[in-house]
Amino acid sequence: MNEVSPIPASSPAAFDVQRLREDFPALHQEVHGKPLVYLDSAATSLKPQAVIDAVADVYARDCANIHRAVHLLSQRATARYEEAREKVRAFINAANKTEVVFTRGTTEAINLVAQSWGRAYLREGDEVLVTELEHHSNIVPWQILCQQTGATLVVVPMTDRGEVLRESFEEQLTDRTRLVAMAHVSNALGTVLPVAELIDLAHERGAVVLLDGAQAVSHAYVDVQALDCDFYAFSGHKLYGPTGIGALYAKERLLEGMPPYHGGGDMIRSVTFEETIYNDLPYKFEAGTPNIAGAIGLSAAIDYFTSFDSQAVRAHENAVLRYATEALESVPGLRPIGTAPGKVAVLSFLMDAAHPHDIGTIVDSEGVAIRTGHHCAQPVMEHFGIAATARASLGMYNTTDDIDALVGALQKVQELFG
Amino acid sequence: MDLRELYQEVILDHGKHPRNHRFPERHNREGRGYNPLCGDKITLRLQLDGDTITDVGFIGQGCAISQASCSTMTEAIKGKTLPEVQELFTKFHTMVTSDNGADDLDTLGKLAVFAGVREFPMRVKCATLGWHTLNQALRNEGGEATTE
Repeated sequence: MNEVSPIPASSPAAFDVQRLREDFPALHQEVHGKPLVYLDSAATSLKPQAVIDAVADVYARDCANIHRAVHLLSQRATARYEEAREKVRAFINAANKTEVVFTRGTTEAINLVAQSWGRAYLREGDEVLVTELEHHSNIVPWQILCQQTGATLVVVPMTDRGEVLRESFEEQLTDRTRLVAMAHVSNALGTVLPVAELIDLAHERGAVVLLDGAQAVSHAYVDVQALDCDFYAFSGHKLYGPTGIGALYAKERLLEGMPPYHGGGDMIRSVTFEETIYNDLPYKFEAGTPNIAGAIGLSAAIDYFTSFDSQAVRAHENAVLRYATEALESVPGLRPIGTAPGKVAVLSFLMDAAHPHDIGTIVDSEGVAIRTGHHCAQPVMEHFGIAATARASLGMYNTTDDIDALVGALQKVQELFG
Repeated sequence: MDLRELYQEVILDHGKHPRNHRFPERHNREGRGYNPLCGDKITLRLQLDGDTITDVGFIGQGCAISQASCSTMTEAIKGKTLPEVQELFTKFHTMVTSDNGADDLDTLGKLAVFAGVREFPMRVKCATLGWHTLNQALRNEGGEATTE
Protein backbone atom coordinates (compact mmCIF):
# COMPACT_ATOMS: atom_id res chain seq x y z
CA MET A 1 0.00 0.00 0.00
CA ASN A 2 3.02 2.25 0.03
CA GLU A 3 2.71 3.16 -3.63
CA VAL A 4 -0.50 5.03 -2.98
CA SER A 5 -0.06 8.73 -2.45
CA PRO A 6 -0.92 9.92 1.03
CA ILE A 7 -3.77 12.25 1.82
CA PRO A 8 -2.84 15.81 0.94
CA ALA A 9 -1.50 17.82 3.84
CA SER A 10 -4.46 20.18 3.48
CA SER A 11 -6.73 17.57 5.10
CA PRO A 12 -8.79 19.27 7.77
CA ALA A 13 -7.13 19.03 11.12
CA ALA A 14 -10.25 20.19 12.87
CA PHE A 15 -11.99 16.95 12.07
CA ASP A 16 -10.57 14.35 14.46
CA VAL A 17 -11.73 11.04 13.03
CA GLN A 18 -9.99 8.93 15.66
CA ARG A 19 -11.84 10.75 18.40
CA LEU A 20 -15.11 10.48 16.50
CA ARG A 21 -14.64 6.74 16.14
CA GLU A 22 -14.79 6.46 19.93
CA ASP A 23 -18.43 7.54 19.69
CA PHE A 24 -19.40 4.43 17.71
CA PRO A 25 -19.40 1.34 19.94
CA ALA A 26 -20.02 -1.06 17.04
CA LEU A 27 -16.66 -0.12 15.55
CA HIS A 28 -14.85 -1.52 18.55
CA GLN A 29 -15.35 -5.22 18.09
CA GLU A 30 -13.70 -8.12 16.38
CA VAL A 31 -15.30 -10.23 13.68
CA HIS A 32 -13.75 -13.58 12.85
CA GLY A 33 -10.93 -12.62 15.18
CA LYS A 34 -10.09 -9.44 13.24
CA PRO A 35 -10.89 -5.83 14.10
CA LEU A 36 -14.09 -4.80 12.34
CA VAL A 37 -13.64 -2.62 9.27
CA TYR A 38 -17.09 -1.32 8.42
CA LEU A 39 -17.47 -0.28 4.79
CA ASP A 40 -21.21 -0.72 4.34
CA SER A 41 -22.63 2.61 5.44
CA ALA A 42 -24.65 2.99 2.24
CA ALA A 43 -26.68 0.01 3.50
CA THR A 44 -26.92 1.38 7.00
CA SER A 45 -24.61 3.57 9.00
CA LEU A 46 -23.40 2.65 12.47
CA LYS A 47 -24.93 4.52 15.39
CA PRO A 48 -23.12 6.81 17.82
CA GLN A 49 -23.64 6.25 21.53
CA ALA A 50 -25.66 9.47 21.72
CA VAL A 51 -28.32 7.97 19.45
CA ILE A 52 -28.34 4.66 21.29
CA ASP A 53 -28.72 6.51 24.59
CA ALA A 54 -31.51 8.72 23.25
CA VAL A 55 -33.53 5.70 22.13
CA ALA A 56 -32.92 3.84 25.39
CA ASP A 57 -33.86 6.94 27.36
CA VAL A 58 -37.26 7.15 25.68
CA TYR A 59 -38.11 3.66 26.84
CA ALA A 60 -36.46 4.09 30.23
CA ARG A 61 -37.97 7.45 31.10
CA ASP A 62 -40.47 8.99 28.68
CA CYS A 63 -42.27 5.82 27.68
CA ALA A 64 -45.74 6.97 26.75
CA ASN A 65 -47.93 7.42 23.76
CA ILE A 66 -48.02 10.84 22.17
CA HIS A 67 -50.77 13.36 21.38
CA ARG A 68 -53.10 11.52 23.72
CA ALA A 69 -52.94 11.47 27.46
CA VAL A 70 -52.74 14.34 29.92
CA HIS A 71 -50.18 12.64 32.11
CA LEU A 72 -46.64 13.89 32.38
CA LEU A 73 -44.89 11.06 30.58
CA SER A 74 -47.12 11.54 27.57
CA GLN A 75 -46.46 15.27 27.66
CA ARG A 76 -42.73 14.65 27.69
CA ALA A 77 -42.89 12.07 24.91
CA THR A 78 -45.07 14.35 22.80
CA ALA A 79 -42.77 17.29 23.30
CA ARG A 80 -39.70 15.28 22.35
CA TYR A 81 -41.43 13.80 19.29
CA GLU A 82 -42.42 17.25 18.09
CA GLU A 83 -38.95 18.59 18.85
CA ALA A 84 -37.66 15.85 16.56
CA ARG A 85 -39.94 17.11 13.80
CA GLU A 86 -38.58 20.62 14.26
CA LYS A 87 -35.05 19.20 14.16
CA VAL A 88 -35.75 17.51 10.84
CA ARG A 89 -37.32 20.70 9.50
CA ALA A 90 -34.25 22.72 10.36
CA PHE A 91 -31.90 20.03 9.04
CA ILE A 92 -33.40 20.07 5.55
CA ASN A 93 -34.42 23.74 5.82
CA ALA A 94 -38.12 23.20 5.22
CA ALA A 95 -40.19 26.34 5.60
CA ASN A 96 -42.59 24.85 8.10
CA LYS A 97 -42.68 21.79 10.30
CA THR A 98 -46.16 20.94 9.03
CA GLU A 99 -44.27 19.92 5.89
CA VAL A 100 -42.41 17.14 7.69
CA VAL A 101 -44.19 13.78 7.86
CA PHE A 102 -42.52 11.00 9.82
CA THR A 103 -42.45 7.68 7.99
CA ARG A 104 -40.76 4.31 8.44
CA GLY A 105 -38.10 5.43 6.02
CA THR A 106 -37.46 6.50 2.45
CA THR A 107 -39.41 3.62 0.97
CA GLU A 108 -42.58 4.41 2.89
CA ALA A 109 -42.21 8.11 2.09
CA ILE A 110 -42.06 7.38 -1.65
CA ASN A 111 -44.99 4.98 -1.45
CA LEU A 112 -46.95 7.63 0.43
CA VAL A 113 -46.47 10.11 -2.40
CA ALA A 114 -47.25 7.51 -5.06
CA GLN A 115 -50.44 6.33 -3.42
CA SER A 116 -51.71 9.63 -2.07
CA TRP A 117 -50.59 12.32 -4.51
CA GLY A 118 -50.18 9.97 -7.45
CA ARG A 119 -53.57 8.27 -7.31
CA ALA A 120 -55.30 11.59 -6.79
CA TYR A 121 -53.67 13.43 -9.67
CA LEU A 122 -52.38 11.00 -12.30
CA ARG A 123 -54.47 9.96 -15.28
CA GLU A 124 -54.05 7.73 -18.27
CA GLY A 125 -51.57 9.26 -20.67
CA ASP A 126 -49.62 11.05 -17.94
CA GLU A 127 -45.96 10.20 -17.54
CA VAL A 128 -43.79 9.52 -14.51
CA LEU A 129 -40.11 10.12 -15.18
CA VAL A 130 -37.43 8.19 -13.32
CA THR A 131 -33.73 7.65 -14.10
CA GLU A 132 -31.91 4.46 -14.94
CA LEU A 133 -29.87 4.53 -11.74
CA GLU A 134 -32.77 4.43 -9.30
CA HIS A 135 -33.03 2.11 -6.32
CA HIS A 136 -35.94 -0.32 -6.60
CA SER A 137 -37.83 1.69 -4.01
CA ASN A 138 -37.91 4.61 -6.45
CA ILE A 139 -39.07 2.39 -9.31
CA VAL A 140 -41.57 -0.13 -8.00
CA PRO A 141 -43.96 2.33 -6.27
CA TRP A 142 -44.27 4.19 -9.58
CA GLN A 143 -44.82 0.98 -11.53
CA ILE A 144 -47.64 0.11 -9.14
CA LEU A 145 -49.05 3.62 -9.55
CA CYS A 146 -48.85 3.40 -13.33
CA GLN A 147 -50.72 0.09 -13.29
CA GLN A 148 -53.39 1.69 -11.12
CA THR A 149 -53.80 4.89 -13.14
CA GLY A 150 -52.80 4.01 -16.70
CA ALA A 151 -49.90 6.46 -16.53
CA THR A 152 -46.63 5.55 -18.21
CA LEU A 153 -43.21 5.11 -16.61
CA VAL A 154 -40.47 6.81 -18.63
CA VAL A 155 -36.77 6.28 -17.96
CA VAL A 156 -33.92 8.75 -18.39
CA PRO A 157 -30.85 6.71 -19.41
CA MET A 158 -27.50 7.13 -17.67
CA THR A 159 -24.05 7.19 -19.18
CA ASP A 160 -21.49 4.40 -18.83
CA ARG A 161 -19.85 6.42 -16.07
CA GLY A 162 -23.15 6.42 -14.20
CA GLU A 163 -24.12 10.05 -14.86
CA VAL A 164 -27.53 11.46 -15.61
CA LEU A 165 -27.00 14.22 -18.15
CA ARG A 166 -29.16 17.28 -18.59
CA GLU A 167 -29.58 16.54 -22.30
CA SER A 168 -30.84 12.99 -21.71
CA PHE A 169 -33.20 14.31 -19.08
CA GLU A 170 -34.57 16.99 -21.39
CA GLU A 171 -35.09 14.42 -24.13
CA GLN A 172 -37.44 12.40 -21.95
CA LEU A 173 -39.22 15.33 -20.34
CA THR A 174 -42.49 16.16 -22.09
CA ASP A 175 -45.65 18.11 -21.45
CA ARG A 176 -47.16 14.82 -20.31
CA THR A 177 -44.57 14.46 -17.53
CA ARG A 178 -46.49 15.01 -14.31
CA LEU A 179 -43.93 13.76 -11.84
CA VAL A 180 -40.17 13.31 -11.82
CA ALA A 181 -38.81 10.87 -9.22
CA MET A 182 -35.05 10.65 -8.97
CA ALA A 183 -32.22 9.90 -6.62
CA HIS A 184 -30.28 12.79 -5.17
CA VAL A 185 -27.31 10.41 -4.82
CA SER A 186 -27.13 6.92 -6.36
CA ASN A 187 -26.82 4.06 -3.86
CA ALA A 188 -25.09 1.68 -6.26
CA LEU A 189 -22.70 4.13 -7.90
CA GLY A 190 -22.35 7.18 -5.66
CA THR A 191 -23.30 9.55 -8.49
CA VAL A 192 -24.57 12.94 -7.34
CA LEU A 193 -27.31 14.00 -9.72
CA PRO A 194 -27.48 17.63 -10.88
CA VAL A 195 -30.83 17.87 -9.15
CA ALA A 196 -31.16 21.65 -8.87
CA GLU A 197 -30.84 22.03 -12.62
CA LEU A 198 -33.16 19.09 -13.37
CA ILE A 199 -35.78 20.35 -10.92
CA ASP A 200 -35.87 23.68 -12.75
CA LEU A 201 -36.34 21.92 -16.07
CA ALA A 202 -39.14 19.78 -14.66
CA HIS A 203 -40.89 22.79 -13.14
CA GLU A 204 -40.74 24.62 -16.47
CA ARG A 205 -42.82 21.75 -17.85
CA GLY A 206 -45.20 21.87 -14.92
CA ALA A 207 -44.08 18.58 -13.37
CA VAL A 208 -43.57 18.08 -9.65
CA VAL A 209 -40.32 16.52 -8.43
CA LEU A 210 -39.61 13.93 -5.75
CA LEU A 211 -36.03 13.38 -4.63
CA ASP A 212 -34.94 10.11 -3.06
CA GLY A 213 -32.50 11.45 -0.53
CA ALA A 214 -31.65 8.17 1.21
CA GLN A 215 -27.98 8.33 0.20
CA ALA A 216 -27.74 12.10 0.11
CA VAL A 217 -28.55 13.33 3.60
CA SER A 218 -25.27 12.16 5.08
CA HIS A 219 -23.09 13.28 2.15
CA ALA A 220 -24.62 16.33 0.48
CA TYR A 221 -26.14 19.61 1.56
CA VAL A 222 -29.89 19.30 1.61
CA ASP A 223 -31.86 22.52 1.50
CA VAL A 224 -35.31 21.71 0.19
CA GLN A 225 -36.19 25.36 -0.30
CA ALA A 226 -33.04 26.12 -2.25
CA LEU A 227 -33.54 22.98 -4.33
CA ASP A 228 -37.21 23.85 -4.70
CA CYS A 229 -38.06 20.14 -4.80
CA ASP A 230 -41.69 19.27 -4.15
CA PHE A 231 -41.05 16.08 -2.19
CA TYR A 232 -37.91 14.88 -0.42
CA ALA A 233 -37.68 11.41 1.13
CA PHE A 234 -34.99 10.12 3.45
CA SER A 235 -34.21 7.54 6.12
CA GLY A 236 -32.78 8.03 9.58
CA HIS A 237 -30.68 4.88 9.58
CA LYS A 238 -28.34 6.09 6.85
CA LEU A 239 -27.80 9.29 8.84
CA TYR A 240 -26.42 7.52 11.93
CA GLY A 241 -29.95 7.24 13.33
CA PRO A 242 -32.18 4.28 14.14
CA THR A 243 -33.85 2.00 11.61
CA GLY A 244 -37.59 2.24 11.06
CA ILE A 245 -37.76 6.04 11.02
CA GLY A 246 -37.52 8.48 8.17
CA ALA A 247 -39.27 11.51 6.85
CA LEU A 248 -41.13 12.86 3.90
CA TYR A 249 -40.83 16.55 3.17
CA ALA A 250 -43.63 17.90 1.00
CA LYS A 251 -44.59 21.42 0.11
CA GLU A 252 -47.57 22.41 2.20
CA ARG A 253 -49.82 23.25 -0.73
CA LEU A 254 -49.23 19.75 -2.12
CA LEU A 255 -49.91 18.05 1.23
CA GLU A 256 -53.12 20.03 1.56
CA GLY A 257 -54.42 18.59 -1.67
CA MET A 258 -53.48 15.02 -0.86
CA PRO A 259 -55.84 12.40 0.58
CA PRO A 260 -54.64 10.35 3.58
CA TYR A 261 -52.30 7.43 2.89
CA HIS A 262 -53.29 5.28 5.87
CA GLY A 263 -56.40 5.55 7.99
CA GLY A 264 -56.29 5.11 11.74
CA GLY A 265 -55.71 6.84 15.02
CA ASP A 266 -54.05 10.23 15.31
CA MET A 267 -54.80 11.17 11.69
CA ILE A 268 -58.38 12.17 12.46
CA ARG A 269 -60.13 15.07 14.11
CA SER A 270 -63.46 13.33 14.52
CA VAL A 271 -64.93 10.00 13.51
CA THR A 272 -68.51 8.90 13.15
CA PHE A 273 -69.77 6.00 11.07
CA GLU A 274 -71.08 8.52 8.59
CA GLU A 275 -68.08 10.78 8.28
CA THR A 276 -64.49 11.24 9.37
CA ILE A 277 -62.81 14.61 9.49
CA TYR A 278 -59.09 14.42 9.07
CA ASN A 279 -56.51 15.97 11.29
CA ASP A 280 -54.31 18.91 10.36
CA LEU A 281 -50.99 18.59 8.57
CA PRO A 282 -48.83 16.68 9.02
CA TYR A 283 -50.81 14.39 11.38
CA LYS A 284 -53.24 13.52 8.61
CA PHE A 285 -50.42 11.40 7.19
CA GLU A 286 -49.31 9.79 10.45
CA ALA A 287 -51.92 7.18 11.24
CA GLY A 288 -51.32 4.96 14.23
CA THR A 289 -48.78 5.20 17.00
CA PRO A 290 -45.60 6.30 15.26
CA ASN A 291 -42.03 5.23 15.91
CA ILE A 292 -41.67 7.67 18.80
CA ALA A 293 -38.31 6.42 20.01
CA GLY A 294 -37.11 6.29 16.42
CA ALA A 295 -38.02 9.93 15.80
CA ILE A 296 -36.27 10.98 18.98
CA GLY A 297 -33.28 8.84 17.99
CA LEU A 298 -33.25 10.53 14.59
CA SER A 299 -33.29 13.87 16.34
CA ALA A 300 -30.22 12.80 18.35
CA ALA A 301 -28.55 11.64 15.14
CA ILE A 302 -29.11 15.04 13.53
CA ASP A 303 -27.71 16.70 16.64
CA TYR A 304 -24.68 14.46 16.46
CA PHE A 305 -24.14 14.86 12.73
CA THR A 306 -24.55 18.62 12.77
CA SER A 307 -22.20 18.99 15.72
CA PHE A 308 -19.38 18.58 13.20
CA ASP A 309 -18.40 21.14 10.62
CA SER A 310 -20.19 19.81 7.56
CA GLN A 311 -17.45 20.96 5.21
CA ALA A 312 -14.85 19.17 7.31
CA VAL A 313 -16.90 15.96 7.25
CA ARG A 314 -17.25 16.18 3.49
CA ALA A 315 -13.57 16.98 3.01
CA HIS A 316 -12.62 13.99 5.16
CA GLU A 317 -14.95 11.61 3.31
CA ASN A 318 -13.78 12.87 -0.06
CA ALA A 319 -10.14 12.45 0.95
CA VAL A 320 -10.83 8.84 1.96
CA LEU A 321 -12.76 8.31 -1.27
CA ARG A 322 -9.89 9.64 -3.38
CA TYR A 323 -7.40 7.50 -1.47
CA ALA A 324 -9.65 4.46 -1.93
CA THR A 325 -10.17 5.11 -5.62
CA GLU A 326 -6.41 5.17 -6.18
CA ALA A 327 -5.80 2.21 -3.90
CA LEU A 328 -8.37 0.07 -5.70
CA GLU A 329 -6.83 1.00 -9.05
CA SER A 330 -3.65 -0.67 -7.82
CA VAL A 331 -5.46 -4.00 -7.33
CA PRO A 332 -4.82 -6.17 -10.41
CA GLY A 333 -7.94 -7.11 -12.37
CA LEU A 334 -10.20 -4.72 -10.48
CA ARG A 335 -12.77 -2.77 -12.48
CA PRO A 336 -14.62 0.13 -10.88
CA ILE A 337 -18.32 0.45 -11.71
CA GLY A 338 -19.62 4.01 -11.50
CA THR A 339 -17.02 6.67 -12.19
CA ALA A 340 -19.09 9.83 -12.38
CA PRO A 341 -17.10 12.97 -11.64
CA GLY A 342 -17.90 14.34 -8.19
CA LYS A 343 -19.36 11.10 -6.92
CA VAL A 344 -19.50 10.45 -3.19
CA ALA A 345 -18.88 7.70 -0.67
CA VAL A 346 -19.45 4.62 -2.85
CA LEU A 347 -16.93 2.30 -4.52
CA SER A 348 -18.62 -0.38 -6.60
CA PHE A 349 -16.28 -2.80 -8.33
CA LEU A 350 -15.73 -6.13 -9.99
CA MET A 351 -12.68 -8.37 -9.95
CA ASP A 352 -11.57 -10.67 -12.75
CA ALA A 353 -10.51 -13.28 -10.22
CA ALA A 354 -13.75 -13.75 -8.32
CA HIS A 355 -17.48 -13.19 -8.25
CA PRO A 356 -18.70 -10.42 -5.91
CA HIS A 357 -20.24 -12.96 -3.53
CA ASP A 358 -16.94 -14.77 -3.15
CA ILE A 359 -15.18 -11.43 -2.65
CA GLY A 360 -17.69 -10.57 0.08
CA THR A 361 -17.14 -13.80 1.97
CA ILE A 362 -13.36 -13.61 1.73
CA VAL A 363 -13.03 -10.00 2.85
CA ASP A 364 -15.52 -10.70 5.65
CA SER A 365 -13.18 -13.37 6.94
CA GLU A 366 -10.59 -10.58 7.18
CA GLY A 367 -13.00 -8.48 9.23
CA VAL A 368 -13.98 -6.21 6.35
CA ALA A 369 -17.73 -5.68 5.89
CA ILE A 370 -18.77 -4.72 2.37
CA ARG A 371 -21.98 -5.25 0.44
CA THR A 372 -22.25 -7.58 -2.52
CA GLY A 373 -25.15 -8.06 -4.89
CA HIS A 374 -27.32 -5.87 -7.06
CA HIS A 375 -27.86 -3.23 -4.35
CA CYS A 376 -31.59 -3.13 -5.11
CA ALA A 377 -30.72 -1.46 -8.40
CA GLN A 378 -31.05 -4.25 -10.95
CA PRO A 379 -31.50 -1.83 -13.89
CA VAL A 380 -28.06 -0.43 -13.04
CA MET A 381 -26.61 -3.94 -13.16
CA GLU A 382 -28.45 -4.51 -16.44
CA HIS A 383 -26.87 -1.36 -17.88
CA PHE A 384 -23.40 -2.74 -17.23
CA GLY A 385 -24.35 -6.28 -18.28
CA ILE A 386 -23.51 -7.70 -14.87
CA ALA A 387 -25.45 -9.48 -12.13
CA ALA A 388 -23.79 -7.94 -9.10
CA THR A 389 -20.96 -5.82 -7.82
CA ALA A 390 -18.94 -5.62 -4.65
CA ARG A 391 -19.53 -2.28 -2.97
CA ALA A 392 -17.51 -0.54 -0.31
CA SER A 393 -19.21 2.56 1.04
CA LEU A 394 -18.02 5.21 3.43
CA GLY A 395 -19.27 6.90 6.53
CA MET A 396 -17.76 9.77 8.46
CA TYR A 397 -15.87 7.31 10.71
CA ASN A 398 -13.93 5.60 7.93
CA THR A 399 -10.21 6.17 7.54
CA THR A 400 -7.49 5.37 5.06
CA ASP A 401 -6.56 2.50 7.41
CA ASP A 402 -9.93 0.96 6.58
CA ILE A 403 -9.09 1.21 2.89
CA ASP A 404 -5.71 -0.40 3.48
CA ALA A 405 -7.51 -3.25 5.25
CA LEU A 406 -9.89 -3.62 2.29
CA VAL A 407 -7.05 -3.69 -0.21
CA GLY A 408 -5.21 -6.23 1.96
CA ALA A 409 -8.34 -8.39 2.05
CA LEU A 410 -8.69 -8.12 -1.71
CA GLN A 411 -5.15 -9.45 -1.98
CA LYS A 412 -6.43 -12.55 -0.14
CA VAL A 413 -9.03 -12.87 -2.88
CA GLN A 414 -6.23 -12.80 -5.44
CA GLU A 415 -4.24 -15.38 -3.48
CA LEU A 416 -7.16 -17.75 -3.23
CA PHE A 417 -8.62 -17.27 -6.68
CA GLY A 418 -5.84 -15.78 -8.76
CA MET B 1 -13.51 -20.03 10.49
CA ASP B 2 -11.10 -21.20 7.89
CA LEU B 3 -11.68 -20.01 4.37
CA ARG B 4 -9.88 -23.04 3.01
CA GLU B 5 -12.65 -25.15 4.53
CA LEU B 6 -15.03 -23.33 2.23
CA TYR B 7 -12.90 -22.76 -0.83
CA GLN B 8 -11.39 -26.20 -1.23
CA GLU B 9 -9.31 -26.92 -4.31
CA VAL B 10 -12.10 -28.96 -5.87
CA ILE B 11 -14.49 -26.03 -5.49
CA LEU B 12 -12.03 -23.50 -6.88
CA ASP B 13 -11.29 -25.82 -9.79
CA HIS B 14 -14.94 -26.53 -10.60
CA GLY B 15 -15.82 -22.87 -10.08
CA LYS B 16 -13.26 -21.84 -12.66
CA HIS B 17 -13.79 -24.74 -15.01
CA PRO B 18 -17.29 -26.07 -14.53
CA ARG B 19 -17.86 -29.57 -15.94
CA ASN B 20 -20.84 -30.32 -18.19
CA HIS B 21 -21.07 -26.60 -18.83
CA ARG B 22 -23.01 -27.12 -22.05
CA PHE B 23 -26.45 -28.27 -22.98
CA PRO B 24 -26.82 -32.00 -23.74
CA GLU B 25 -27.66 -32.95 -27.34
CA ARG B 26 -30.94 -34.47 -26.27
CA HIS B 27 -32.98 -33.36 -23.31
CA ASN B 28 -36.51 -33.83 -22.04
CA ARG B 29 -36.29 -31.88 -18.81
CA GLU B 30 -35.25 -28.30 -18.13
CA GLY B 31 -34.97 -26.29 -14.97
CA ARG B 32 -34.10 -22.65 -14.40
CA GLY B 33 -32.67 -21.43 -11.14
CA TYR B 34 -32.20 -17.93 -9.84
CA ASN B 35 -30.85 -16.54 -6.62
CA PRO B 36 -32.34 -13.05 -6.30
CA LEU B 37 -29.90 -12.22 -3.52
CA CYS B 38 -26.85 -12.26 -5.76
CA GLY B 39 -28.22 -12.66 -9.27
CA ASP B 40 -26.79 -16.14 -9.85
CA LYS B 41 -28.55 -17.90 -12.70
CA ILE B 42 -28.56 -21.49 -13.88
CA THR B 43 -30.33 -23.25 -16.73
CA LEU B 44 -30.10 -27.03 -16.36
CA ARG B 45 -31.12 -29.53 -19.03
CA LEU B 46 -31.17 -33.28 -18.71
CA GLN B 47 -32.24 -36.40 -20.51
CA LEU B 48 -34.31 -38.77 -18.43
CA ASP B 49 -34.60 -42.27 -19.94
CA GLY B 50 -36.90 -44.40 -17.83
CA ASP B 51 -35.87 -43.30 -14.39
CA THR B 52 -32.19 -42.85 -15.25
CA ILE B 53 -30.52 -39.51 -15.96
CA THR B 54 -28.50 -40.36 -19.04
CA ASP B 55 -27.15 -36.90 -19.79
CA VAL B 56 -27.11 -33.53 -18.08
CA GLY B 57 -25.55 -30.12 -18.58
CA PHE B 58 -25.98 -26.53 -17.50
CA ILE B 59 -25.26 -22.99 -18.51
CA GLY B 60 -24.98 -20.51 -15.74
CA GLN B 61 -23.18 -17.65 -14.17
CA GLY B 62 -22.48 -16.93 -10.59
CA CYS B 63 -20.13 -17.31 -7.69
CA ALA B 64 -17.58 -20.08 -7.31
CA ILE B 65 -19.78 -21.95 -4.82
CA SER B 66 -22.90 -22.00 -6.99
CA GLN B 67 -21.07 -22.90 -10.17
CA ALA B 68 -18.89 -25.55 -8.54
CA SER B 69 -21.87 -27.06 -6.78
CA CYS B 70 -23.83 -27.34 -9.99
CA SER B 71 -20.79 -28.69 -11.80
CA THR B 72 -20.09 -31.43 -9.26
CA MET B 73 -23.79 -32.20 -9.09
CA THR B 74 -23.97 -32.89 -12.83
CA GLU B 75 -21.04 -35.29 -12.50
CA ALA B 76 -22.63 -37.01 -9.53
CA ILE B 77 -26.09 -37.54 -11.02
CA LYS B 78 -25.20 -38.66 -14.52
CA GLY B 79 -26.16 -42.31 -14.88
CA LYS B 80 -28.06 -42.33 -11.57
CA THR B 81 -31.68 -43.33 -11.09
CA LEU B 82 -34.25 -40.96 -9.63
CA PRO B 83 -34.31 -42.63 -6.20
CA GLU B 84 -30.51 -42.48 -6.09
CA VAL B 85 -30.56 -38.80 -7.03
CA GLN B 86 -33.18 -38.08 -4.39
CA GLU B 87 -31.01 -39.75 -1.78
CA LEU B 88 -27.99 -37.69 -2.85
CA PHE B 89 -30.00 -34.48 -2.67
CA THR B 90 -31.24 -35.28 0.83
CA LYS B 91 -27.74 -36.09 2.04
CA PHE B 92 -26.26 -33.02 0.38
CA HIS B 93 -28.94 -30.78 1.82
CA THR B 94 -28.44 -32.22 5.29
CA MET B 95 -24.70 -31.79 5.00
CA VAL B 96 -24.87 -28.07 4.17
CA THR B 97 -27.75 -27.10 6.44
CA SER B 98 -27.89 -29.29 9.53
CA ASP B 99 -25.98 -28.40 12.67
CA ASN B 100 -24.68 -31.92 12.98
CA GLY B 101 -23.87 -32.28 9.32
CA ALA B 102 -24.09 -35.53 7.46
CA ASP B 103 -22.56 -38.49 9.23
CA ASP B 104 -21.95 -40.42 6.03
CA LEU B 105 -19.81 -38.01 4.04
CA ASP B 106 -18.10 -40.96 2.39
CA THR B 107 -21.22 -41.82 0.42
CA LEU B 108 -21.30 -38.31 -1.04
CA GLY B 109 -17.95 -38.70 -2.78
CA LYS B 110 -16.70 -35.47 -4.27
CA LEU B 111 -19.81 -33.64 -3.07
CA ALA B 112 -18.42 -33.86 0.46
CA VAL B 113 -16.14 -30.88 -0.30
CA PHE B 114 -19.18 -28.68 0.31
CA ALA B 115 -19.35 -29.68 3.98
CA GLY B 116 -17.59 -26.41 4.89
CA VAL B 117 -20.51 -24.37 3.54
CA ARG B 118 -22.41 -25.15 6.74
CA GLU B 119 -20.15 -22.67 8.56
CA PHE B 120 -21.19 -19.91 6.14
CA PRO B 121 -24.98 -19.60 6.44
CA MET B 122 -25.10 -16.76 3.92
CA ARG B 123 -23.65 -19.09 1.30
CA VAL B 124 -25.88 -22.14 1.74
CA LYS B 125 -28.20 -20.87 -0.96
CA CYS B 126 -25.28 -20.65 -3.37
CA ALA B 127 -24.49 -24.31 -2.76
CA THR B 128 -28.07 -25.51 -3.12
CA LEU B 129 -29.09 -23.46 -6.18
CA GLY B 130 -28.10 -26.20 -8.64
CA TRP B 131 -29.90 -28.86 -6.63
CA HIS B 132 -33.09 -26.82 -6.39
CA THR B 133 -32.90 -26.29 -10.12
CA LEU B 134 -32.49 -30.04 -10.62
CA ASN B 135 -35.55 -30.73 -8.47
CA GLN B 136 -37.55 -28.28 -10.50
CA ALA B 137 -36.39 -29.86 -13.77
CA LEU B 138 -37.38 -33.31 -12.52
CA ARG B 139 -40.80 -32.09 -11.45
CA ASN B 140 -40.87 -30.53 -14.89
CA GLU B 141 -42.73 -27.54 -13.61
CA GLY B 142 -42.71 -24.26 -15.42
CA GLY B 143 -41.25 -21.15 -13.91
CA GLU B 144 -38.04 -20.81 -12.05
CA ALA B 145 -36.48 -22.44 -9.03
CA THR B 146 -35.54 -19.75 -6.61
CA THR B 147 -33.51 -19.83 -3.48
CA GLU B 148 -35.90 -17.41 -1.80
